[in-house]
Amino acid sequence: MVRLESLSFAYADQIPIFQDFTWEVQRGDTWAILGPSGCGKSTLLYLLAGLRFPQAGQVLIDEQAITRPRPHTGLIIQEYGLLPWATVRENARLGFRIRGFYGPDGTHAPTDDLPSGDVDQWLNRLRLLPHADKYPGQLSGGQRQRTAIARTLALKPDLLLMDEPFSSLDAPTREGLQILTLELQAEEHLTLVIVTHTIEEAAILGKKILLLGEPPNTTPRVIDNPKAGISDYRNSAEYTAMCRDLRDSMDLPTRNPVPSPEGRA
Amino acid sequence: MKRRDLFLAIIAILALWQVSAWLVNQPILPSPFEVIVVFFRELGDDLLEHFAVSLWRVIASTGLAIALASPAGLILGQSPRLNAIFSPVIYLLYPIPKVVLVPVLILMLGLGDLPKIIIIFIILFFQILVLVRDQAASLRPELIQSVRSLGAGRRALFRFVYLPASLPAILTALRQSVGTAVAVLYIAELFATQRGLGYYIYFKGSTLFDYPAMYAGIIAMSLLGLGLYFTVDWLERRLCPWQFVE
Repeated sequence: MVRLESLSFAYADQIPIFQDFTWEVQRGDTWAILGPSGCGKSTLLYLLAGLRFPQAGQVLIDEQAITRPRPHTGLIIQEYGLLPWATVRENARLGFRIRGFYGPDGTHAPTDDLPSGDVDQWLNRLRLLPHADKYPGQLSGGQRQRTAIARTLALKPDLLLMDEPFSSLDAPTREGLQILTLELQAEEHLTLVIVTHTIEEAAILGKKILLLGEPPNTTPRVIDNPKAGISDYRNSAEYTAMCRDLRDSMDLPTRNPVPSPEGRA
Repeated sequence: MKRRDLFLAIIAILALWQVSAWLVNQPILPSPFEVIVVFFRELGDDLLEHFAVSLWRVIASTGLAIALASPAGLILGQSPRLNAIFSPVIYLLYPIPKVVLVPVLILMLGLGDLPKIIIIFIILFFQILVLVRDQAASLRPELIQSVRSLGAGRRALFRFVYLPASLPAILTALRQSVGTAVAVLYIAELFATQRGLGYYIYFKGSTLFDYPAMYAGIIAMSLLGLGLYFTVDWLERRLCPWQFVE
């Protein structure tokens, strides 16, 4: 579904982050992109989102070269990206309002359907209905991120990109949202690419894990993690072993895979 | 603020005025009750017309300032390059007390409403420009990217992000400068006009020595300032309810 072809990307006057980098995502895959800060994992996500563009090579999604944000791709960011002056319901409707603003023109909005704009079923699914008329400033971090998820999923994306979506949340909230993400991925048949700097999160969410290292990244290092998403995987010996493998692959000192209080690896 | 507290404050101010009037015991400080009677009498005469002229000058200049300064602020706030060019100019012009330009504007623009409207416009323009610019520049790039990922191009970003984000900045600018605007209006109306509350107050006091009428004019000017202030308050609650939640 997604293909990076001989992609090269560098920020001005810096070592290229990607050089002749080729990587592929199949429809329905669940990918975690893991690496230390500065490795380019968020950059990769923004390239997929059509918010940054490679200097060489290309990003293909459904065989289409990406030159701008694609209507069927959803993006969730760490800072939620909610409008502070809009209520939860208004925020969740934002995508529809933008589509209504342009009409089904094929660039800003898909040509095939102009969705109804009813977001309440999503607010209900994400347990936000009681908060529908609150402003983001009145919500907890977890509720804010669920609002962002409702806003994105209401537009029926087929590809969901998440950039460290749970990094600012406390551990129980983060765990709850990880489970929710896996449920939604299955319900909506999403292709999921999630960026994280946390080994544990990558092992929980990614059936495939792309390891990025110090730039330049030239060939993808991919680790298969087929048990991810199975219930209670978190408490299994395989999960512990996977975390250890990932830590070894990242050349980090070995220690128990217990999340630190902030969840930072 | 509670209505009851406001009412008590009005009583206290009137009482203080009344006591001062007794102590001074001169025509130059009439009692508030005498002034209130004269105020309503003068309203029936020509005070209302002077009030309307002053109000028109403030409204016109405010409208003009919002119409020109907010887009300019939004553009500067979105474009670091343009801001780098204009910000030294704004930095130098912003702190100049614009009231000193009153004689210049009257010389250049002559009699009538125009120089009065322009002077208030200049004051409000800089205030709104700077606040809207800073507000637009402080929008986090993550927010912009996130909204762009929902399909928003430049026009939709303007409509759904920059415009609503600039509203509180415009209202804050108005709140901060509405007092100055009315003060400067008074100065401006002392020159080259026979209409407006500034002229009315000065003419009644210094030419006719009709002190109660002069105070009636002062009350009218105070009501003008208060009314504008309350309007901004009301608009803020109406248009930016998210700023008033816990």
